[in-house]
Amino acid sequence: MREYYRSGATKEASWRKSQLKALLNLLEENQSEIFKALKQDLGKHHAEAYRDEIGMLIKSLNYALANLKQWMSAKKAKLPAIALLSTAEVIPEPLGLVLIFSSWNFPFGLSLEPLIGAVAAGNTVVLKPSELAPTCSSLLASTISTNLDNKAVKVIEGSSDMGTLLLQQRWDKIFFTGSEKVGRTVMSAAVKYLTPVVLELGGKSPAVVDSLQSSWDRQAAVKRLVVGKFGTCAGQACISVDYILVERKFLPTLVELLKATIWKMFGENPKKSNSIARIINKQHFLRLKNLIEDDPLVKASIVHGGSMDDDSLFIEPTILVDPPLEAQVMTDEIFGPLLPIITLEKIEDSIEFINSRPKALALYVFTKSKTLQNRLISETSSGSVTINDAVLQYAADSLPFGGVGESGFGRYHGKYSFETFSHEKAIARRSFLSDFWFRYPPWNHNKVQLFQAAYTYDYLGILLIILGLKWPNQSSRHHDALF
Amino acid sequence: MKGLCISPYKNYSSIHGTCNNGAAILTNCFHRNNINYPTHRSLPNIKLFSARWLKISCSASALSAAVVGEVEEKREIFDVEKARSLVKELQGVFNSGRTKSYEWRISQLNSISKMLDEKEKDITSALYKDLSKPEIEAFVSEISTAKASCKHALEELSSWMVPEKVQTSISTYPSSAEIVTEPLGVVLVISTWNFPFLLSIDPVIGAISAGNAVVLKPSEIAPVTSKLLAKLLDEYLDNSAIRVVEGAIPETTALLDQKWDKILYTGSAKVARIVMAAAAKHLTPVILELGGKCPAVVNSDINLQVASRRIIAGKWALNNGQACIGVDYIITTKEFAPKLIDSLVNEIEKCYGKNPLESKDKARIVSSSHFGRLVKLIDEDKVSDKIVYGGQRDENQLLIAPTIILNPPEDSEIMKDEIFGPIMPILTVDTIEDSFGVIKSRPKPLVAYLFTNNEQLKKSYVKNISSGGMLVNDTVLHLTVKGLPFGGVGESGMGSYHGKFSFDGFSHKKAVMYRSFDGDAPIRYPPYTPEKAKLFKVLISGNPLRVFLTFFGFV
Repeated sequence: MREYYRSGATKEASWRKSQLKALLNLLEENQSEIFKALKQDLGKHHAEAYRDEIGMLIKSLNYALANLKQWMSAKKAKLPAIALLSTAEVIPEPLGLVLIFSSWNFPFGLSLEPLIGAVAAGNTVVLKPSELAPTCSSLLASTISTNLDNKAVKVIEGSSDMGTLLLQQRWDKIFFTGSEKVGRTVMSAAVKYLTPVVLELGGKSPAVVDSLQSSWDRQAAVKRLVVGKFGTCAGQACISVDYILVERKFLPTLVELLKATIWKMFGENPKKSNSIARIINKQHFLRLKNLIEDDPLVKASIVHGGSMDDDSLFIEPTILVDPPLEAQVMTDEIFGPLLPIITLEKIEDSIEFINSRPKALALYVFTKSKTLQNRLISETSSGSVTINDAVLQYAADSLPFGGVGESGFGRYHGKYSFETFSHEKAIARRSFLSDFWFRYPPWNHNKVQLFQAAYTYDYLGILLIILGLKWPNQSSRHHDALF
Repeated sequence: MKGLCISPYKNYSSIHGTCNNGAAILTNCFHRNNINYPTHRSLPNIKLFSARWLKISCSASALSAAVVGEVEEKREIFDVEKARSLVKELQGVFNSGRTKSYEWRISQLNSISKMLDEKEKDITSALYKDLSKPEIEAFVSEISTAKASCKHALEELSSWMVPEKVQTSISTYPSSAEIVTEPLGVVLVISTWNFPFLLSIDPVIGAISAGNAVVLKPSEIAPVTSKLLAKLLDEYLDNSAIRVVEGAIPETTALLDQKWDKILYTGSAKVARIVMAAAAKHLTPVILELGGKCPAVVNSDINLQVASRRIIAGKWALNNGQACIGVDYIITTKEFAPKLIDSLVNEIEKCYGKNPLESKDKARIVSSSHFGRLVKLIDEDKVSDKIVYGGQRDENQLLIAPTIILNPPEDSEIMKDEIFGPIMPILTVDTIEDSFGVIKSRPKPLVAYLFTNNEQLKKSYVKNISSGGMLVNDTVLHLTVKGLPFGGVGESGMGSYHGKFSFDGFSHKKAVMYRSFDGDAPIRYPPYTPEKAKLFKVLISGNPLRVFLTFFGFV
């Protein structure tokens, strides 16, 4: 694959375009298989699958195709006057051979979204999908090998052993989506070849819900919360709402509305509704179950839901009010359909609450108060902030998507995907025209003085002199200066 | 107590450096100071307030010292415990939000600028002691560059800090969005000895511009400069948020054990691996500024004299070749090599005279271990008979004469690692295009230089060679272009800095999206009925954007 990269084929704009178009084809032709695979691995309804994965990807591909030319063009650097006879520019070039590790919760979205960036930037790519979504993984492997240039884009399936094996190789970039723990392993492995990494992790993304006055606002907010928690792969998404912060006096209203909305969306028996995904596997099911079962105080905090079905790996949308803060459900990322609500005296206390925890991938704020919005934006830190909605920021091509602190680093989506998989090469050009004797040794007192004199009057002047673009007010210009 | 209050800064620093309560009181004190800023800002002389500031903090910390009632020893072993409490303390200061304000950043940058003006002599003399760097070279390559960087940051900071409004796509309509830059927190800068001043202060300028608390660890191999940096930063800057930790491997290890929000390391690929491995434990992003063998491809269609001088400027006149962006080796054609060598020798002698060991215009080799390393490179059997110029050395003064080696074998030590000294190998190829293969067969360099007037050659060089940066027909000067990022790729490092890129490197770009409560369509929400599914299907066959419109309520 390195050989193929060196041949330069992947650097051509035409190649990049053809691969993006092939991806578009792949999605359109294999739609029903993709729906089936997602249903099988995750029990995802195809409306949800289209909204979060296929449709999202088609949109990203069209965006990349429309903008590729502009992204690839060199950016002229703004030159100060001192560089009069020079030109400077920044040219994006592909990094080479890159590795993408994707995750099981959005097996298509999280595999192909970075792939779009890697291909658009002209790299050769190895994609390792998650073995926890096996049907999707094998579908990715077969469709990519038939649709894309398989000398340049390869899918390697396998378990974590295969992942370890891949990590031992030399890559020019590693793009990883997954857990903090594996993120550390990936970064440690990258040390060997000093490979830059992008880590897309998760964390506990809070939703701050102000005591909304109008009932329209309340309903809109709660609908968005419910879909941002239970409607995105049953909460198994790195950007789904992890917990809610609310003022104590607003709690009863909020809980009632949440219950009503859950009922409206998923029916009286959510298990029978097709509109909610199941838990990915037994292990994760047990992990979620233990979050509740292991701690009687947590169990006691359930105000809605809580039923679990071991056979179908289904967990009902569950609401907890004020579980103990040191319980696992409040220290670890939940990644499932459990929604704790933490009550505060004043909604402003949310700032301190958030700041005392690791930085989250996303912060959601539901309020009409500009002051509260601004305070939360400027006084807390997170990968992103979305005001009055949840999860929707993922769809915005113009916004960088990525974490900070424990939620990862590096960013992608749209132009940022392209940049993530490119190296910005700085290029300066000079002519042989102008040069001065005092730029070179031997250093003598005159030269020192010249620099200093020039410096005391005008800083730019000195650089001009160094660059050979300005005549000094000295008679020594007849030296061997001019060419 | 009163006596302490008017005691000189020296006292202040030693007390403050070891006293946590002092920091807490200082914090309040600085807060007050911040509130007063509008009036300060309107003062014509902006430098005034850093002096006032120091006085206020002086009295506050003296006060706290009286409360605590003890002044600890100044020099203590800096171990993991110390490092932990240092980071904790700085984290507290950062969380108080002080370093985030525009006023704080500007005041610190102004203080750096003032420091560079007032302490120029001290800096050049420290650089002379560490590296016998000629005054003018020190001034041009370290101080003036740092000044330029600081001035640039002062001028541009307000525009860098403005959130970037971005267009939102139709798929999320109606909404607005912006990208807000926020500081990362507490960052660590580990610098190196070859430009011990510039490579310390330049990243610190970036970290401060972005509003972070910073710890700087200068290189112990340039001890005088390291000490000076510790003293000056303490004297001029707000050291509740900006600290210098001096030391060698144990101190660095203690620092690396901590959790930082970003680490910028300048140095070798070997140590970079240690830095990155330590960072991986805490998932800390790193900027690694490394080096590598930077090639200069010299074509025959050039102004030979100018090219020779510029190569000299990028090798021997640049800290005597001890620079990560210096020319490491030259590639030229077989026919042209003799002419190039003649011209280089000619110009070297114009610069340094017939006996270059006696010239005072070059920096010396930094340490005897580096001297030994370099001597071994030229004394290697398969290399020593390839020396066409130079080779003389003086062990007492740690000097090596400018040395040119023609066609050392590929497997010689000198062609393996970065040379970092005044030795220039010249490789010859049949046609100049063959140089591409030579460069591509090696790790990606930090800079690739090219000397030619041939436009076609320039184009294909830019297209085919991957390197951190590229400079055509000159050396080193691309560093002074603020609009260009500076940083490596592959083995030459990752991440970039300089100017706005420094600011960005030490910032997090937070995506912020605003939505109203209006504009929602039931189709976005479950239950997913057959009707909704059908609607999707219909829409899929048409324009995919319409699907999104439907989702979000606009069809």
